Amino acid sequence: MGYEEVVMLTKRIIACLDVHDGRVVKGVQFIDLVDAGDPATQAGRHAREGADEIVLLDITATHEGRKTLLDTVRRTARELFVPFTVGGGIRSSRDAEQVFEAGADKVSINSAALADPALIEAIGRSFGAQAVVVAIDARRDPTSSDPVRDAHVFVQGGRKPTGRKVVEWAREAEARGAGEILLTSMDADGTRAGFDCELTAVVSEAVKIPVIASGGAGTVTHFCDVFSRGKADAALAASIFHFGVSSARSLKEQLASAGVPVRLPC
Amino acid sequence: MRVTVIDYKAGNLTSVIKALHHLGAEIEVTDGNLHPIDRAERIVLPGVGHFSATQRLDATGMTPAIRAAIARGVPFLGICVGMQWLYAGSAEAPGQPGLGHFGGQCTRFSEGSEKVPHVGWNSLETRTNSRLLAGVEQGEYVYFTHSYKAPVSEATAAASHYIEPFAAAVERGNVMGTQFHPEKSGETGLKILRNFLAWDTKRSSC
Repeated sequence: MGYEEVVMLTKRIIACLDVHDGRVVKGVQFIDLVDAGDPATQAGRHAREGADEIVLLDITATHEGRKTLLDTVRRTARELFVPFTVGGGIRSSRDAEQVFEAGADKVSINSAALADPALIEAIGRSFGAQAVVVAIDARRDPTSSDPVRDAHVFVQGGRKPTGRKVVEWAREAEARGAGEILLTSMDADGTRAGFDCELTAVVSEAVKIPVIASGGAGTVTHFCDVFSRGKADAALAASIFHFGVSSARSLKEQLASAGVPVRLPC
Repeated sequence: MRVTVIDYKAGNLTSVIKALHHLGAEIEVTDGNLHPIDRAERIVLPGVGHFSATQRLDATGMTPAIRAAIARGVPFLGICVGMQWLYAGSAEAPGQPGLGHFGGQCTRFSEGSEKVPHVGWNSLETRTNSRLLAGVEQGEYVYFTHSYKAPVSEATAAASHYIEPFAAAVERGNVMGTQFHPEKSGETGLKILRNFLAWDTKRSSC
C-alpha cells in the first residue's frame, strides 16, 4: 500500500471553552451559567483526551475582565502543545497582539471584523493569515426562497442583524485574508439536535479556506453528518465534553469506525 | 542547552519559545544582533508568515551569520517558512532567494477541488534514518498550516500527502526543517524538539 492511501488530512475535533471572569462556564444561550472549572485545567484535560485543538471564547465584556482574560490565556497556553485559539472581545490589532503574546496561536474575531473588515487584513499582516479565524453567527432566512444561501449574519449572540448574508461575508473574509471560518448556526445552537449541515455545506463550498462547524452537536452521528453532508473541515464540540460526558478520544474512535478520517491514536 | 531563536518579524514566536522552554532549553532571541548567532549552540528559525519576510534575514546580515554557524556544525532547525527558506526560493516571493542549502523551489499546492491552505493534522511517512525523527512511528500525526510546500528529494526525512506528496521534514547533517509545527503537534512534536535539543554534534552524520 502506498502512503497516498494511508496518509490523509484528518477532520479536526475542537474543544471549546466558554470563559467568564476566568472560569469555564456552561449555560444554555449564556443564561443560567454553571461553573465548569478552571480553563487551564480543562484545556489540558481536553488535549490529553484527544482534542485536536482548543478554542477559548471569552464571554466577559468588562474592562477588568480583559486583564483576567490575558492571565487566563497565559496560564492555559503554558502547558498546551496543540493549536490554541482565543476569541471574544478582540476589537483591534493591539488586542490581538496581547492575546498572541500571552500564548494564543490564532484569534477569533466576529463583530469587530464586521464593524471594520480591514481588521482581518491588519492582524493577518502582522501575524499571518493562519492566525486569523473569522467567526460568523448566521441564521436561516425563512422568508427567502433560498433560506440557507440567504442566511443572515448576526452579532451580539444573535440579537443584532448586520444586514449581511453569510456566503457573501464568508467570501469577503476569505478575500481579506482570513485563515479559517468558524461558522455557528444560530438555529441549531443549543438544540443538541445536530449541526446545520446545509448551511455549513453552502459556506464550505463557497470558500477555499477551512470551515469549522459549530452549534447543535449532540451525538456522534451529528459529527459524521457535518463532515460528510456538511463538508466541514473541523467541528466544534462544547457541551458534549463538559462534566465528563464524553471525551474527544471516544468521539474520534466512534467517528473512525464510521469511516471519518481522524487523528488516532491521540 | 542554549537555543538561539531568530526573530525576523514573521508572526508570533511565543509558542515555539514556550515549547523549547518547557523542554529545558535556555532561549536567546535575536532580531538582527549577530552575536547570539555567532556563539549559538542551537539555532531555530520559526515562521508562520509570508516567505518575503525572510528578506529581513538578508537585510540584517543574519543570513551569512547563519550560514557560518551551519558550517561550524551548529544544529539548525527551520520550522514552516523557516524550513522553506532552506531551499533555493519560493513561488510565494519569486524575487527573494532562500539559503539554497537544499535544492529546488517551494511551490503552491495545485488548485483543484481540495482546499488551500492545508490546515490540520496529517500523518508522516518517515523516509530515512532520520535523527530528528528518531522514535517517531510511521503514520504519526503532526499539525500543518501552509499553502506552499517543499519538493520531495533525497534529503526528505518524512513526506506527507495532501493533493500531492511534499516534504514534511528535511534533514542533512546538522541542518533540519519541518513543514509542520512541532510546537503544536502534541507529544509527537515534543519528541521531535527533544531530539533536536539532544542532537550530538560530535556524532558524525552522512
